Amino acid sequence: MEDNDLTNEFLIESTENLGRLDQEMVQLEQRPKDATLLASIFRIIHTLKGTCGFLGFSTIEGITHHAETILGQIRTGERDLTPALVSLVLESVDAVKAELGAIESTQKESGLQYADLVHRLEDAAIIGGVEEAPVVAVSAPEPEAVSEKQAAAKGLEPEATAAKGSSVTDSTIRVDVGLLDKLMNLVGELVLARNQVLQFTSRLEDASLNATSQRLNLITSELQEGVMKTRMQPIGVVWNKLPRVVRDLSAVCGKHINLEMDGAETELDKTIIEAIKDPLTHIVRNACDHGIEGSEARIQAGKAPAGRLMLRAFHEGGNVNIEIADDGNGVDTQRVRAKALQLGLIREDQAERMSERELANLVFLPGFSTAKEVTSISGRGVGMDVVKTNIEKIGGTVDLVSRRGAGTTIRIKIPLTLAIIPGLVVSVKQERFVIPQTSLLELVRLEGEESRRQIEWVGEAPLYRRRGNLLPLAFLDRVLHLDDGSGVAPDVLNIVILQAEDRQFGLVVDRVNDTQEIVVKPLGKQMKGLNCYAGATIMGDGHVALILDVMGIAQRSGVLAEGRGSGRNDDKAAPDTLLESRNSMLLFRAGEFDRLAVPLSLVARLEEIPRDRLEHAAGRPVVQYRGQLLPLVGLADQLGGYSQQNNDLPVQVIVFADGENRIGMMVDEIVDIVEDDIVIRRASNRSGILGSAVIGNQVTDVLDLQTVIRSADTGWFEKAQDERLLRILVAEEAAFARSLLRSSLEMGGYAVSEARDADEALAKLAANRFDLVIAALDLPNEGAAKILDATRRQPELSRIPILAMESMRHADTGSGLIPDGFSAALSRFDREGMLRSIEKLAKAIDTEEVSVAAFNRNAHGDPYHSRKEN
Amino acid sequence: MAPHENAVDLNRQFATFFMKDLFFGIEVQKVQEVLRAQEMTRVPLAPGVLRGLINLRGQIVAAIDMRERLALPKRSSEQEPMNMIVRAEDGAVSLLVDEIGDVIHVSASSYEPVPETMAGNLKQLVSGVYKLDGRLLLVLDTERTLQLQHAH
Repeated sequence: MEDNDLTNEFLIESTENLGRLDQEMVQLEQRPKDATLLASIFRIIHTLKGTCGFLGFSTIEGITHHAETILGQIRTGERDLTPALVSLVLESVDAVKAELGAIESTQKESGLQYADLVHRLEDAAIIGGVEEAPVVAVSAPEPEAVSEKQAAAKGLEPEATAAKGSSVTDSTIRVDVGLLDKLMNLVGELVLARNQVLQFTSRLEDASLNATSQRLNLITSELQEGVMKTRMQPIGVVWNKLPRVVRDLSAVCGKHINLEMDGAETELDKTIIEAIKDPLTHIVRNACDHGIEGSEARIQAGKAPAGRLMLRAFHEGGNVNIEIADDGNGVDTQRVRAKALQLGLIREDQAERMSERELANLVFLPGFSTAKEVTSISGRGVGMDVVKTNIEKIGGTVDLVSRRGAGTTIRIKIPLTLAIIPGLVVSVKQERFVIPQTSLLELVRLEGEESRRQIEWVGEAPLYRRRGNLLPLAFLDRVLHLDDGSGVAPDVLNIVILQAEDRQFGLVVDRVNDTQEIVVKPLGKQMKGLNCYAGATIMGDGHVALILDVMGIAQRSGVLAEGRGSGRNDDKAAPDTLLESRNSMLLFRAGEFDRLAVPLSLVARLEEIPRDRLEHAAGRPVVQYRGQLLPLVGLADQLGGYSQQNNDLPVQVIVFADGENRIGMMVDEIVDIVEDDIVIRRASNRSGILGSAVIGNQVTDVLDLQTVIRSADTGWFEKAQDERLLRILVAEEAAFARSLLRSSLEMGGYAVSEARDADEALAKLAANRFDLVIAALDLPNEGAAKILDATRRQPELSRIPILAMESMRHADTGSGLIPDGFSAALSRFDREGMLRSIEKLAKAIDTEEVSVAAFNRNAHGDPYHSRKEN
Repeated sequence: MAPHENAVDLNRQFATFFMKDLFFGIEVQKVQEVLRAQEMTRVPLAPGVLRGLINLRGQIVAAIDMRERLALPKRSSEQEPMNMIVRAEDGAVSLLVDEIGDVIHVSASSYEPVPETMAGNLKQLVSGVYKLDGRLLLVLDTERTLQLQHAH
């Protein structure tokens, strides 16, 4: 099939070129010194020869080879052009045409040898031979006759060709793209006129007029579709060139690569096809050069000796997806990281936080190239960033997913067409604007009290609390200086959540109208300086509306700069501190539990791990993770159920970390992150579940992390308990907060007891030995103060440090001041800070009391210091 | 001395308009058409000269307020401007003018370069002057008129 397409392309192109060649040869005869003309002719013959060689049409190749030799001699000035030579070339052209006809009808050459022609061409190629030869002069005046004779000779009767009806060259015509563009514009205008007519007729109650306008509507839609189709080309047009590229490259690199293509018939707008041609070739070259290993390396890695390169294209939701996947060595993220750091493209602390995927995508940064040496094929550091820019220019996105040792997949997502796009119409202060749907993520409508509660102000910057994330907001009227200063806070707030490159922000508008197919019109040069607008369009009522440039709006409003820079500084009221009065919870699914939660503060990372990377060590699942073995716990199993996740999908893993200690919990699906005041409604007697709480308006089971990890028996606690046997008493009223605290501390390797109030705490203190007490300041029965008082009066308890934990209700007043008599003040939600304070105190205890725990710890070196480095 | 007959050539045909008491002309072949006041979509953040965008039979055309461009006082609210659509290199642009005049022929002999004494803004946008009966025709340099500098 592909070969067929290739042949057809070749036929169309060659027929066209040969037509031109006829003309040009004749012109050349009149102007034999015209070097440009000669060069053009030479190029046509040369191309023809090359393509025929590639497709295996040896007869044409032979003829054109000789013709090329002669033309070459003329071109270098070795000989002059004579009419005899012109004839000879034209005769060759005719022979080629006859052969092309044969190929078109039978898919192969006629089998004629053209011995006479070839012989004469060979003779002519010897300089000084042809000019004197009168034979040629005789045959010269009748090239048509020759071709007719030949056609007849090889039994290709004219009617045989005619009977075939529509041959490729008959049924297609080449149309100037400019003309298609013009048609497209006209149709765009027709669409607008149609919209207007429909609006008018809907007001008039005239049945026949209505029927006519409906018809107009239908015809216009069909016409629009038809014209758009004329601009569509199958992606195979670009792909067809790739087998050759891959073949040549694998020969050069000494590799064996099989190219597979799927979805070559997927259609794309002509302009887009043009735009992706080079990026696609570049990616394929990269895959062949860097991605796929040589046969030996592949055999060593346990793979088939031949590499696979898969091209896949498909439509999805108004976009075209193109995937280029190889089963090569994958991107070496550590090398990428090192290189990016070395080039100063990222900072150390940024690199630290990056996921494997983010690291791999660094290759798209300008000036990046990991190839150890520059090869002739790819890798001059001008590659992938250009790919990215080109794709983004046409409104597309590129993403790279790579698995070390298993291969790389590059996904390109591009819009189907550029001229007519779906857009969301919004209005603000009586003005309408269109937002391209591709940037649109979500619409949020807040009413009344809600709108005040969910918007936070940090200085001048408004933020919206969206599922646990703070989203910077921009008010469109203010951004565009349309603010009439009325200053009345509206009761209803419409937020359009938008994606600007890798950042998200909310745009507040007065009204969200509807979505429409809009025809994008460029703005004149009078408006060049305005980066807020991407263009304009004409609405159904005939008025002009501006199309917003999401990136430009984001830049102008400053929402992009905010969150990134100053927002995180400690000296400012950072968004983070606002969250501390609430709990951020990670919601996920595992086994029969549809809605499980764990405090986000305990979570180190979320990872997606391909199933084939799971391994077993000592009977337990593990995965190689950042150069270490990460023990995995199947949460569904631990909770007494079965994982319901599809076995084809990658495993979702929540990574918990405590210094060097890491554990991965396999869950079925990560659902969300929410921030909420959490109230435990019902304690659970089920092992592994602390209880149920209402989180995000839904009943959610809160995971007892510590029990789960302990029962999974991963050695987490053994190690911890070997080294630290510090016993801590936690006095806190709220069951949930207490459990959380216990989890945090036990994860940190302490033995923990709980008390609900001051009296219970005192009772426990009297009965058992504790090294440290953490008491909530709002504890009932006179609270923490009572504990402090009582213990200070008993000599055996007076040395136990008591840490004050700020009250639940006043979490945000955590000023860092230590109330009188307490050893330290803790912030309830600052887990790290809490552990640090405890460690500091624990060290102090060590030096005073030589307990068994302290002895052990000293014998093992100082674990606290090694921990802090993390 | 009435400018007359003989020296009339096609290049000396001007579409004329009035701005307050000033009389302007644009070479007739540069003018596409003349329209009454149109519905306009304003362009926030654009310089004041750029009054808005109009829909000219499906073509989106920027409208430049000649009052602003020539630094003349603003039009009164009831005074509706006329659109003089001129051809520019990248499409049409509308000039919002006070009142449309006739298309007139002028003779080359009545031409004078811009007087030195002409006010700054006017001098920049006028490429020459024709002395007509009782009044001066100021030839508007459309290229320069359409070049807006952006404050933003």
